[in-house]
This record gives sequence, structure tokens and C-alpha cells, in this order.
Amino acid sequence: MQKQDFVVRFAGEGGQGVVTSAEGLAQAAAQVGYHVQTFATFPSQILGGPTWTQTRISDRPVLSSGDSLDVLVAFNQQAYDNHYDQVREDGVVVFDSGSFELDRQGTTLGMPFDELAKSTGNARAANMVIIGALAYLVKMPLEYLEQFVKQRFSRGRSGDDEIIRANIEALSLGHTKALESGFSLGELVAPKMPSEEQVLIKGTDAICLGAIAADLDFYVGYPISPATPVLVFMERNLVGDGKFAYQASSEIESIAAILGGGFAGKKAMTATSGPGFSLMSEGIGLAWMSEIPLVVINVQRGGPATGLPTKTEQSDLQSALHPAHGDCIMPVIAPGTVEESFHAAISAINWAERYQGPVVLLSEMALAERSQNIARPDISKLVVEKRKVYTGDNGYQRYDGPEMSPMPIPGGPGAYVANGSEHDGIGDTTHLPIRHVQMTERRFGKLKLLEDGSFEIENSQHSIAVMPWGATKGPAYEAYETLLQNGVSLTWFYTMYLNPLPPKLLDELLEKELVIVPELNYQGQFASYLRSLGVHAEAITQYTGLPFKVRDLVHRINEKFELRLKKAVVR
Amino acid sequence: MSANNVEYDFKWCPGCGDFGVRRALEFAMKDRTTRMEIPMANSVVVAGIGCSGNLVHLLEGEQPYGIHGIHGRTLPIAFGVKMGRPDLNVIIVAGDGDFLSIGAEHIAPQAARNLNVCAVIMDNGVYGLTKGQSSPTSEPGMITSSTPYGKMEAALDPLNLYLTIGVSFVASGFSSKPRDLAKMISAGMDHPGFAMVHVQSPCTTYNDNYEALKGNVKKGIEPIIYSVPEEHDTSDLGAARKMVLSDGLPIGIIYQDTTRGPLDQKMEEMTKGVEGRNIEQLLDSYELAKS
Repeated sequence: MQKQDFVVRFAGEGGQGVVTSAEGLAQAAAQVGYHVQTFATFPSQILGGPTWTQTRISDRPVLSSGDSLDVLVAFNQQAYDNHYDQVREDGVVVFDSGSFELDRQGTTLGMPFDELAKSTGNARAANMVIIGALAYLVKMPLEYLEQFVKQRFSRGRSGDDEIIRANIEALSLGHTKALESGFSLGELVAPKMPSEEQVLIKGTDAICLGAIAADLDFYVGYPISPATPVLVFMERNLVGDGKFAYQASSEIESIAAILGGGFAGKKAMTATSGPGFSLMSEGIGLAWMSEIPLVVINVQRGGPATGLPTKTEQSDLQSALHPAHGDCIMPVIAPGTVEESFHAAISAINWAERYQGPVVLLSEMALAERSQNIARPDISKLVVEKRKVYTGDNGYQRYDGPEMSPMPIPGGPGAYVANGSEHDGIGDTTHLPIRHVQMTERRFGKLKLLEDGSFEIENSQHSIAVMPWGATKGPAYEAYETLLQNGVSLTWFYTMYLNPLPPKLLDELLEKELVIVPELNYQGQFASYLRSLGVHAEAITQYTGLPFKVRDLVHRINEKFELRLKKAVVR
Repeated sequence: MSANNVEYDFKWCPGCGDFGVRRALEFAMKDRTTRMEIPMANSVVVAGIGCSGNLVHLLEGEQPYGIHGIHGRTLPIAFGVKMGRPDLNVIIVAGDGDFLSIGAEHIAPQAARNLNVCAVIMDNGVYGLTKGQSSPTSEPGMITSSTPYGKMEAALDPLNLYLTIGVSFVASGFSSKPRDLAKMISAGMDHPGFAMVHVQSPCTTYNDNYEALKGNVKKGIEPIIYSVPEEHDTSDLGAARKMVLSDGLPIGIIYQDTTRGPLDQKMEEMTKGVEGRNIEQLLDSYELAKS
């Protein structure tokens, strides 16, 4: 029996190797040419607490982390109790018999993880014991894994050889245990090495790399889950001539500082999550009003208030569009995959520089912490834009006219006041009605410059469409494909450019009788936004702190589809 | 940015202390451009909200750049401008409400960083533009529209605050003495680090304390202000503390530490020789090992 893909969940306490096992398996599989994706969810504490991660391996690109488990690796009783119902009927539970006894009938495979690791002389090799057992269950050749171990631990240190020997022994011990059990899940199809060079990368790292590729100069941020990795990345890597990265004393300081940086001519960015984003509201409004380019990344978690700091949700869309008081709306880009995360950061910086104002990049916990293999981006093909800088004489009317105008940079000609009060051409405060009309129209009019976003349309002939946003793209596309196979006639729409929506896409959306929007919030925020544009949109919502399962989406999209057909017949 | 702009619709009340501060600041900035042969466009004035925040609009002649931002955030905005472009001369103008109430959280971090900017604070002990509410520096017991039965809080002592949290240059000025004030602002701009020039700038409408500050011999009112004695050692933190905690309000440079070095210089020193990796090098580190 050939298996097309393999889904494993590792569940236990933080610190037991739940994450390293999942990532080790993903890395080993990606290295020999499989497509992989991991999903992680943590407790909001440093040591211990229930943690689980999931790895999915396939010979084809992986869209979601997988609904049903081929294998559950349970590190303790609680992990088993909480997760065993997610295991497929013919799946296997691998458990740590050194930690607990499991007297359930059926396909359970106990082995003392730590004891076996210790017997190799390396107590830290327990994850290799597990990976060895997993490999046997899907007939993955041990050579793949041995090769991975050799590469991972060849670090030019004196102890390397011993570590490699112990880890390979650990693989083989796990392998043997599984072999003795006699269980098998079939044979995982052989990998097809992708033609393009691959990198294995997390969503957040992809955003950071995109920003660097777009020539980011200036980063100020404040630690907050799940956006802290951006700060850590920038502090390390955004160094050198003219570059600046710094940890602020609050998100209020972060937004004000990048506004100062943007004013001074720098490509400036910050990253935060919901609570910090709320604190940035007024500063974002100032950037809109005074026309200063900057990018704010919001890695969404569950909210409001402290909410669910380490879980995922798509509940900040409305606040991303309208973070500030007053008459304004933000350009919003929300990537749905790791690859899109890279390009979203480039687009966000390009947009900010092009229209001279704030841009919000919405990521989300489940995407930020996801590792995935993607084709290594070809940097030579990227378009990186530069701000139009004023080079004329002094006495420049920086805010004159109805359109974007070149921006003066301190030190150069055209000194003006970047004013958060309503202002005239040179930036002097004025409250004349005619000025407020002109400036308001100017600020909204500039959004036209951003109507170049790309989008996806499939099967546009149908009258009912599905359109997810953000990381719901993966499970929604799998659901859409399944429904198509089942003969359900659906159109597929997708873009990461949520505001402004690409005009051609909006035209298509307006044609549809119904646009079904799966999204991870109670209110159906994107559906509501689409309705405000005249689209007949209805949401499918979930607010568990976890991503959608494909099978749930198949069921719920189908339900809406059928209901609409019935209504059509009655009419 | 000219007071002659017909559209411009903000005016200070007659007798407002901020006129004197504006004169002093203009003098100091012009003097700096001549002394250092740096164009005015290399200066950025970051202004807060309130009466004093409108100072950014009223400079005559050759213009600096300006930011008229949001309430309380002059320091973090100035932080961004300065660290984005360390070659710029960055000046903050704000009032006691803006800087010491809503903006107070930003003082300590910039003092710790020794951010190389000069902040000119116009203290009138009241919220003027919102029509006379109690501010952190209002005297206890003061009757205002928001303290109809008298202010219940103690008055904040800004000079003591600055010294306590490690501001490396602290001066105290008076709007009625613009020449002395200009010298303090010049010294503050030249200071390598965080310079605070805290100015008594009375509000003739809601808190007219000219007489209390200057005294009135005829009425037998002793002045509160006095000049910092020439023999005062500005590098002596203990002496500076003692002076601000004693009776009266010293006018002059109270404390200056030039040994700490500002943040921009620290950054240059500490990241010297650190080569940032370019995008291709960064991508290499995510590459899957070749089989």
C-alpha cells in the first residue's frame, strides 16, 4: 500500500523534545526531497505545560498541517488523553513507556524514549529513537535519516563523531522497536526532488528576509508573542552602515520611533501582535495624516486584551483596516503561506514608500511559527522600489495638490512640517474647510497607487465562490479541491492584498451570487468588509485558537452551497 | 511656517512666555548654523501638542524641518529621527502636560540611552489649550477647572526628576530672559547626549506666575528664581541635587556629564566590525543541506 502523505503529531510537555522531534523529522524529510509543513502550538509559559506540534510530509506541496493523524507520539498520559481521538482508525500511537503505561487495545507502540537514548551513551538522542520508529512505520529508508544526522551534527567540533554515532544508534533502536511490533502504515511514496533549490523556513523568518530583500533600514520593536522573533532577527541582522534595529520601551515608542525614522528618509518597520497593535493606533493615524512611509506587522493571536497569546486567530482584520480614529483606512496585506510571507514584506515596504504612508502586514500565529520548504527566492527577479524624494528649491508645497508628491528629506531642500493637525501645503496648521476637503481627498486618492496586487481565480464560470484570506488559504484550498472532485461547482478567489483589493478581482467578486469566506473569528470580519464593498459575502467562522480542519471546511462550505441552491430553486 | 501665513490659525495670548522661548530658540538655532556652518535644514524640531507645540510653526527666515506629532510622543519620535540620521540636530519643544504627564514614560528610557537630542520644555504649570486644567507641575491646592476644590497631588519637581533618572545635561531657564535661555539651548544642542532645558514659561491667561517667579519689591514679594552661582561645579551631581532640592529656583546650567557618550556613538562603537549579512548570505543559512 502506497501512502501519499504522512501526518505525525508530537504531544507532551514543553521541554520534552516535542518541537525538536517535529522539526527534525521535517528537516530530514525535506532534505531528501519531500514537501513538509509543521504546525506548532505552545502554552504561554517557558518550562512545561502541554505542547504539541505536527509534521506533515508528502511527495506534493503541502497546503495544511493535516486533519487526521497517522501517528500520535505521546510523551505522557495527558498528551495521550488529549489527542488520541485525532488518530486515524488504522493509525498508530507511539508512547513513552518510560513515562506511563497504556493498556488500550490495538495499535499502540510503547518504548522508553529516554532509557533507549541513554543506552546509546547520549541522553539527548530520544528524538532520534522516535524518528527511527516513525521511519519504520512508513518504510522510509533509514539512510535518509542517517544522512540527516550526519549533516546536522557535522559541526567541525571534536565530539561530532561520537554524537553522530549515538544518534544513528538511537535511530536504529527506535526502528527495531517498531519492526518488532509488526505495525505498518504502508509505504510512503518516494520523494521527487524539486527542480528548484529549497529552503526550509518559518513564516516569520520569511517576512524578515523579505524585508531585508526590500532594503529595510530601520526597525524598532517591543517583545510580544508571537512577534518577538522579528525583533530578535532584526537585532542580529539589521546592522551595518545606515541600518538601525532597537528594542523599544513600549509599542507606543516603537511606532513613534519608526515614524521618526520614516520621516528621516529610512525604510522603517515594526512588528507586534494585537495588544501592541492597539497601542500603536494613534501613531499609525499620525503616519497617515502626515504622509510618512512605514510598515507595521501584526502577527495575530487570539484577543482581545491578553487573549490567547500563543494561539492563532484572524480577528484583527477590522482593526488593521481601521487602527486609528478619524477618516482613514490602512492598506493591508495578509500573506497565506510561507512563500507569500516573503513577498508580502517586500510589497508592504514598496507600498509604503510608493504612496508615502503606513501599511499593515497581517500575519498570524499559525503561519508565523510554521516551518515549510519553499523554493529559494530568486532575488534578481524582485522589484524593490525607492521613495520619490524632493530635489527642487526651498519653499516647496509638500502637501499641495490632489496626488502623491515627492517627499523632502531632512538635510535636503524643501523643509516642511510633517503635521498631524490638518495642514496646508507646507505643513502649517489650518482648519479651513477647503483644506480639510483637499487633504482628505489627497490622502484617500493615493491609495489608487496600490491597486496592483496579484490574485488567484479558478473556475470563474460558477455563481458561488469560496474566498479565504490569510493562512486559512491552505485548508480552504484543500477543501475546495475536494469539493470539486465531489462535483460541487465552486469558483476559487484568493489574494493577499486585502486593501485595496485588486480592482479586477473586485469586479469578479461583485458578479457572484454568493462568496463564502472561511475565517478564524466570530464576527466574519473579512466577509463584512466584502459586504461593505457590495459583495454578497457570507462567513464560515471558527474561534478555537486553532486553524480550520479541511474536513470541517468541506462540510460547512458544502452546507452553505446546498442551502443557496435550495433558495435559488424556491425563487 | 511663517506667522504671516494667512491660513495659519494659531496665536498665543499676549504676554505668553512661549514668545520668549521662541526668540531664544530661533537665536540659538541660527547661531548654530553660523558657528558650525551647517544648513538650517539639518535641524529638525519635534513638537508636542498644546500651546507650546505650536512653536514649530512660528520660526521666521530659513526653515528647519518640523514634526508636529501627537500628544506626549516627542521623545520617541525624536529618537527615531536621530537614530535614523545621527547627523541631524534634533530639538524637542513641548509643554509640561505633554512631556511630564502623558509623555513621562519616555523620559527614563532616553535618559538611559543618553539620546543625543535637546528638549526645551515650556512649563506654565497648567493645561492652557484645553482651557486651564491642573498639570503635574501645578502647585498643590491650586484651583483649576479640573481641581475645583484644589489640587490634591504634590507638584512634580522636574529638575530633580531629570537628575534622578540620569539625564546628562540639565538646565533651568526663564522665558523672560531669552538671551540666557538661548545660551542654555546652544549648550544643550552642543551637548553630546540627552539635554533637558526646562523653562518657566508663564501662562498669562490661566496661571500668571510672573510676579511670583520674579518677585515684586514694592509689594514685598521675594523672587523665587535666582541665578546659578558662578562657582557651581556643573559636573558635580551631588551639588546639583542639593541646589534643586533647596529653596528657590536656580536659573542656569545645573548639571552636565560629557563622559557617558550618546547612543549613536555607543552603537557605532559596539557594532564596529560587525558585518551585516546580505540577503543571499541570509538565505544560505536556511538552505537544506545537499544530499
